[in-house]
Amino acid sequence: MKATSENSPKSNRSRARAFREYFSGVPLLGWLAGGLVAVLLERFLGTPLAHLLGLPKVPVLFGCVIILKKPLLIPGTVIYLLLVYVLPVGIVARLCGSVINRLVSWLFNLSPTFSVIVHLCLLYGLLSIWSGISAYRLLTLKLTLIAVIVTLSLNIINGYMGEFSCSHPGFMALGAYSASVVTLLLFVDDRVFGAALLPEALGPFMFPVALIGGGIVAAVGAIAIAIPSFRTRGDYLAIISLAFMFIVKSMIENLEIVGGPRGLSSQPNYVNLPTLFLWTVAAVWIINNFVRSVLGKALNAVRDDEMAADAMTVNTRRTKFVAFLFGAFWAGVAGGLLAHVLRYVNPGTFGIQKLAEVLAMVYFGGLNSVYGSIVGAVGYSLLSEALRPLELFKWIIIPLLLILVMIFRPTGLIAFKEFNVMNLIRPKGKPIREESTSKGGVLIRS
Amino acid sequence: MPLLEIKKMSHDFGGLRAVNGYDLTFEPGQIRGLIGPNGAGKTTIFNLITGIYIPTEGDILLNGKSIVGLKPYQIASMGLGRTFQNLRLWRHMTVLEHVKMARYSKINYGLVGSFFGTPKRNREEAEIDDLARSLLELVGVAHLAEQVIVNLPYGDQRRVEMARALATEPRILFLDEPTAGMNPEELIQMMGIIRRIHNELGLAIFLIEHRLKVVMELCETIQALVFGEVIAEGTSEEIQNDPRVIEAYLGKEKIL
Ligand SMILES: Nc1ncnc2c1ncn2[C@@H]1O[C@H](COP(=O)(O)OP(=O)(O)OP(=O)(O)O)[C@@H](O)[C@H]1O
Ligand SMILES: [Mg+2]
Repeated sequence: MKATSENSPKSNRSRARAFREYFSGVPLLGWLAGGLVAVLLERFLGTPLAHLLGLPKVPVLFGCVIILKKPLLIPGTVIYLLLVYVLPVGIVARLCGSVINRLVSWLFNLSPTFSVIVHLCLLYGLLSIWSGISAYRLLTLKLTLIAVIVTLSLNIINGYMGEFSCSHPGFMALGAYSASVVTLLLFVDDRVFGAALLPEALGPFMFPVALIGGGIVAAVGAIAIAIPSFRTRGDYLAIISLAFMFIVKSMIENLEIVGGPRGLSSQPNYVNLPTLFLWTVAAVWIINNFVRSVLGKALNAVRDDEMAADAMTVNTRRTKFVAFLFGAFWAGVAGGLLAHVLRYVNPGTFGIQKLAEVLAMVYFGGLNSVYGSIVGAVGYSLLSEALRPLELFKWIIIPLLLILVMIFRPTGLIAFKEFNVMNLIRPKGKPIREESTSKGGVLIRS
Repeated sequence: MPLLEIKKMSHDFGGLRAVNGYDLTFEPGQIRGLIGPNGAGKTTIFNLITGIYIPTEGDILLNGKSIVGLKPYQIASMGLGRTFQNLRLWRHMTVLEHVKMARYSKINYGLVGSFFGTPKRNREEAEIDDLARSLLELVGVAHLAEQVIVNLPYGDQRRVEMARALATEPRILFLDEPTAGMNPEELIQMMGIIRRIHNELGLAIFLIEHRLKVVMELCETIQALVFGEVIAEGTSEEIQNDPRVIEAYLGKEKIL
């Protein structure tokens, strides 16, 4: 949330500071409530307001799409965003701050788990109302949630484990195809696999099994990278993993039974927003649990000094094995979800361009950080939609941005920061200062 | 039966014999020293015992059982803890995380616990947390627990490495030049810590040292190593007065 500042250059800094302090007492629940009010406002008053401001329709992605397509509409969009999002969120967050704070501490004392669930319900409500405006929004949201899972799963290997793995599209492809084959074979009458083998009504209940199966297939594929990683690191492993990606791609291209280069289509429409939301929450929760445990921290130890890890009783081979298989598993699950959101996959989806995107999200967001991966995935997805009108130039601008990030923050925007859910949902009595700054590569963590 | 027994251990790096016919009998609770000029093979002996290298010849017995050929992490979890001559720390991790990591092999909650945050995991992690903090207390850096390791001064990093080695629950602690690069004040403190570890935990300690003052003061028995061979073994007086040691290590003239 940016300040709506009246520019007085003298005290801009202190103004921003005062502004932050003004809002620092607002708990997460307050922001969520504000957001809920904003999306409700948009739902009921959005269209008339947009017309009033001379916009053809409600700006779909916070005006991201309009900026480049129709620059003349920018002022109207800015006013719209102020009226619909910034003001309501700010007002609700601030005015109800103390009430909500009391509610939050009551919830927290009652049961932190319950409090987390309340937060998640609110977040889900917010997202579902927001995405209810248009099909395009819903699709973007779904792809963004999948991107969050993929980014997290790659961060396990490239960030936490510190290997440069390029095999992720391959893992996604394995998961996408495995899950698709299961659902198409069992629950759908289609041209590739013929009539459904099981009653269609069973499908949605068996879908999680299909997804997990896809994840397991991807994890089994990851053994091909994990074993070489015992002996080599760095460049060689990157090349091996890149080879793996191409092998998977051309293998699928040549497998006529799964449609060859034409791919598979008409997957059943199982992945609605609640399903996907639950899967994303599960992925974030499990991955975050893992990286915060001693067994997960072992990945960092192996990355930073393998010999020391070994001497401190860490089974380095097991650690590497777990890292690759765990990362690949979630990539496979994300692939399965993607196949059922797009309801179409072909080998071309999982090529070098996908790799570039996933790597960009991880390195843009920040290595070794769950926060970073979420920010990276969401930020990149929005940016990528915003730049879509530029067509080919998009592929010049995005790498350029990535280079800038690499120059100024080599480990990404929010690197090496722990994602502590309990801190997030805690009531904010006094503004607590726990800024984490990083200066000249020296990391200071909260 | 001795705690650790090494018989006729030799090691070649290509054509270079770095260690030749090394023998050692280590009793529980002993505190021993290993001295020798640069390149004598001291660190190599530590690396051989802790499994980083496999000896070309000879045998290493821990409680009567051979540990030759085992992986370093297996040897470490059997009770051989160590520090490194050139600090080997994990530069992105906090002090507390360093010490907790050394509990890796003692963790029982398994992958399931690490994925799902089971009560068992929470309980174990809390126990490890307490243990790690008490070890940091022992070496005197408890107040730095939440700091990232690279923000600590050198002397404190050495202490963290010591606490980390202790967290593996060693039966023998191998310290490779624990006072290297320290100023006199830090040196005195480090000697105090080593003494405290020895007295409070009753640990056996094997110490490599360059500064003779430290070994002479701390150790009951000292071995002097030159070109991979032990030329003298005995108490600090015996070593100080041994003509071969004076000749090979201290130079022609006695400097102590
Ligand atoms: N990995 C290796 N490959 C080849 N030669 C090695 C290796 N490690 C050590 N050496 C050689 O073995 C000999 C003993 O080295 P070592 O590091 O054990 O000496 P040190 O007694 O610990 O010396 P310092 O007091 O300098 O630490 C040296 O000549 C060294 O060059
Ligand atoms: Mg040495």
